Amino acid sequence: MNGEELTEQETALYDRQIRFCKNIVLAGVGSLTLNDDNPVTEEALAANFLIPFDENMGGGGSLAGLCCDCLKDFNPMVHVSVEKGDLSSFDVDFFQKFDVVVISCCSLAAKKLVNEKCRKLSKRVAFYTVDCRDSCGEIFVDLQKYAYAKKKADETVECQLQYSSFEEAIAIPWRSLPKRVSKLYFAMRVVERFEEVERRKPGETSIEDLPKVLKLRNELCLAHSLNESQIPDSLLERLVVSTKEFPPVSAVLGGILGQEVIKAISGKGDPLKNFFFFDAVDGKGLIEDISTS
Amino acid sequence: MASGQQLSAIKGAKVLMVGAGGIGCELLKTLALSGFHDIHIIDMDTIEVSNLNRQFLFRQSHVGQSKAKVARDAVLRFRPNISITPYHANVKDSSFNVDFFKQFSVVLNGLDNLDARRHVNRLCLAADVPLVESGTTGFLGQVTVHIKGQTECYECQPKPAPKTYPVCTITSTPSKMKGVVKDPDLLSIDHHGTGFVHCIVWAKDLLFAKLFGDKKQDNDLNVRSNDAATSSDHSEDIFEPKKDEDIQQYANRVYDHVFGHNIQTALSNEETWKNRNKPRPIYVKEVLSDEPIQQNGNAEKSLVNDNLSSLSAMTYLGLKNPQDIWSLKENTRVFFAALKLFFSKRQKEIGNLTFDKDDSLAVEFVTAAANIRAASFNIPLHSLFEAKGIAGNIVHAVATTNAIIAGLIVIEAIKSYLDVAMWTCRVTCYNISGMKWTSFSVAGTDGVGMTYCLEHPSRKMLLMPVEPFEPNESCYVCSETPLLLEVNTNRAKLRDLVEKVVTSKLGMSLPLITHGSSLLYEVGDDLEEDEVANYAANLEKVLSELPYAITGGTIITVEDLQQELVCNINIKHREEFDEEKEPDGMVLHGWTPAPATEKNEDATDNNNGASTSSAAKPAADVMEADDELSIIEPGIETISAGGKKRKLSDVPNSEAPLDEKRAKKIPEKPESDGDVIVMLDDGNDDIRDSSTVV
Repeated sequence: MNGEELTEQETALYDRQIRFCKNIVLAGVGSLTLNDDNPVTEEALAANFLIPFDENMGGGGSLAGLCCDCLKDFNPMVHVSVEKGDLSSFDVDFFQKFDVVVISCCSLAAKKLVNEKCRKLSKRVAFYTVDCRDSCGEIFVDLQKYAYAKKKADETVECQLQYSSFEEAIAIPWRSLPKRVSKLYFAMRVVERFEEVERRKPGETSIEDLPKVLKLRNELCLAHSLNESQIPDSLLERLVVSTKEFPPVSAVLGGILGQEVIKAISGKGDPLKNFFFFDAVDGKGLIEDISTS
Repeated sequence: MASGQQLSAIKGAKVLMVGAGGIGCELLKTLALSGFHDIHIIDMDTIEVSNLNRQFLFRQSHVGQSKAKVARDAVLRFRPNISITPYHANVKDSSFNVDFFKQFSVVLNGLDNLDARRHVNRLCLAADVPLVESGTTGFLGQVTVHIKGQTECYECQPKPAPKTYPVCTITSTPSKMKGVVKDPDLLSIDHHGTGFVHCIVWAKDLLFAKLFGDKKQDNDLNVRSNDAATSSDHSEDIFEPKKDEDIQQYANRVYDHVFGHNIQTALSNEETWKNRNKPRPIYVKEVLSDEPIQQNGNAEKSLVNDNLSSLSAMTYLGLKNPQDIWSLKENTRVFFAALKLFFSKRQKEIGNLTFDKDDSLAVEFVTAAANIRAASFNIPLHSLFEAKGIAGNIVHAVATTNAIIAGLIVIEAIKSYLDVAMWTCRVTCYNISGMKWTSFSVAGTDGVGMTYCLEHPSRKMLLMPVEPFEPNESCYVCSETPLLLEVNTNRAKLRDLVEKVVTSKLGMSLPLITHGSSLLYEVGDDLEEDEVANYAANLEKVLSELPYAITGGTIITVEDLQQELVCNINIKHREEFDEEKEPDGMVLHGWTPAPATEKNEDATDNNNGASTSSAAKPAADVMEADDELSIIEPGIETISAGGKKRKLSDVPNSEAPLDEKRAKKIPEKPESDGDVIVMLDDGNDDIRDSSTVV
């Protein structure tokens, strides 16, 4: 079972004296809402928080429904519910209920859409995306305008961060990004764009697509005045060919994401701004700030 | 990454997990999901209620059952076709011998104590099986891979024994202490930086103990209470309630005494304060000046009449959030409310109480008392939540860290199994970094060191891989280098050698000591009666008077057959030993010396391996944090990207001098590419109190 939502719940409930505000979706104390618009398949699909479940679980029912039952079992104090339907079709008011929204394995269009809806609300809804491909993972964070207090030496300092939306972030021209920015960022954008252009579901790529993907990479690099070597063939091949999640990487990302959500909900701790990348091959887990501020 | 076929090759791997706790549960789940088909788990514990919120494979109904077995059952439910073999046993048991270990492709540790880790390390070396070690403490985590002959073994870097903290006069068993601090009022300030922790220790081990614990115990508060300068009656115990005193009056008196009078008296000694900031005395009437001190009547009546099923000062006062930092006034109110609640509702327990972190009233009292004292010494106040963590010796276990670490363990396990060459990377070690740490240690009442860490992310690299280091050629465990022992052979007994060196420092469970070809001592359940008697007799003999005398120049051999570890020790006779610095009366050399730092006066090669450096700790354990007492060795290993140790990728032929090869464990500045430092120790800008690790 993916460690994500579980560990969040656990963290939230670790100390019996911690109390979070009621309307939290994730991090378990209040309620958790799962959404999926697919029957159980081997791949993990969800628009809210995701649990790639046991692949052997056949039968009918939605993925979210199954997860819901299991989650309730972990902690009866958490109200876990299921929301059916296509996330993209939910209107802004739907998201009003939540303080945090996490989406995974969604198309570029869906990401942008949900992110925008979260931003339209008068209250701040924290928005996260998490994606795993091959043995890589990417997390994106949008806390909009985020103010928090932290202790420095003997005093409490007020901090304020300004986040970009996903759309804003990825629109930043590549050449104006620092040279050291993780190659994985660019590679994910290429694959994302490929899936958009070819109208594929997230993760619906294979080795046959590689030539086209490489070509797309070349085009994008040209447009962004970026050297092609910044997005190595081998990396793209990995992302295109093995799209199934790799459980240990999911565990790592889930843990990182869990920590972030807890921080955002509790208002304590420096939040991640705004991308996180992990590649099991080199073992690095890097934070990149790709934003307009 | 490894292709599908390589990953399916994992099915052929046989994995041993040692430990089924916090890391263990996450690890087993991830291993199963990742395609491992043959997993063995050893864990000697049974499930407790406090495990349930984190060790997610367990349920309420499982309390009391074997962790290994329940974990196995839980995972089989979602992976019914794999093989998981549980062992409800101690990994040090003799049935887990070298042959047992040899059957595995890789061993994964999820342990919480140094002793077991060393044991497993030795068996893995003997069996030539890769070992993946790990630990978590709060938001920090570490994964290291150990492959015989290629990398360091787990013991190549010394893990210092827990430090006892010089302040620990505050328990009633002085024998556990190293040195005595005579004036409890100096507690909070002598140990620069660890101010609030000391306030907690004072509040818990002195005041709480004095008020609610065993009156017969010696308590250093008596030092002040019986101050001859102020009291004509030397034997008057301030803490004894007077005849016509009601509870509030008593409480006021106690308050004024410990926070006012005692401080006042301490201030009168000018010498003390020459180089220290002076505390200020605090009296009730100045804190609660704007309200009548309720001597009797209403407040108390409501206490008595209230049916407080959960006795809580906070509830009584309407304080809702344990993460709030109370003002001095609020702390004072909590102090009084808690004290009154104890005396009015828990009268029977008074005189027998020991502090229990799960006793919320006790925690409230200790928090309040510590905070008032902190206010007196101008130390920042803390919330109940934080105070509880310190007082309960807990580093709050963070489940998300375990999940991350488990993921990294599996990645490394796969790499080591598939043969590193298949991947384009080497075996790596990880630190979960990006967190800036403040750590400081204090000894709990059992003399064990504890490290309390705070988190503060500050760098770009959250997960930092580090190339593993070559084996330490002087490691007595994996490189068979002889050790040197300085000892007074005319005074020390064989027993001392066994207890202070062989079983403790060398970590041998079933030792065998030979001198030449004669067996001086051994442990085993297959010994004859006369052999046992003979060994018992030998234990009581002075070294130079043993049948085959151990004197200067002798070489003895110490071995543990189960661990397949053999050590030679050269004996050097020495007459005198410093009682304070070398209390064992013997000094063992051959431990990789801890690096000397500016703050470290006594870090020399000659340490008993015990009280080594203060700051910039050499490698120590990052333990799995658990709800129960986290016994965490002080200091945490710092591996910087620019470490001076030779890495596997370095040209192996160069003959670097010994110093260069020796790891410099001083936290270093990051290289300019922004790689992170894991500053786990002193040297950090701390968040509150400064951070001397003593």
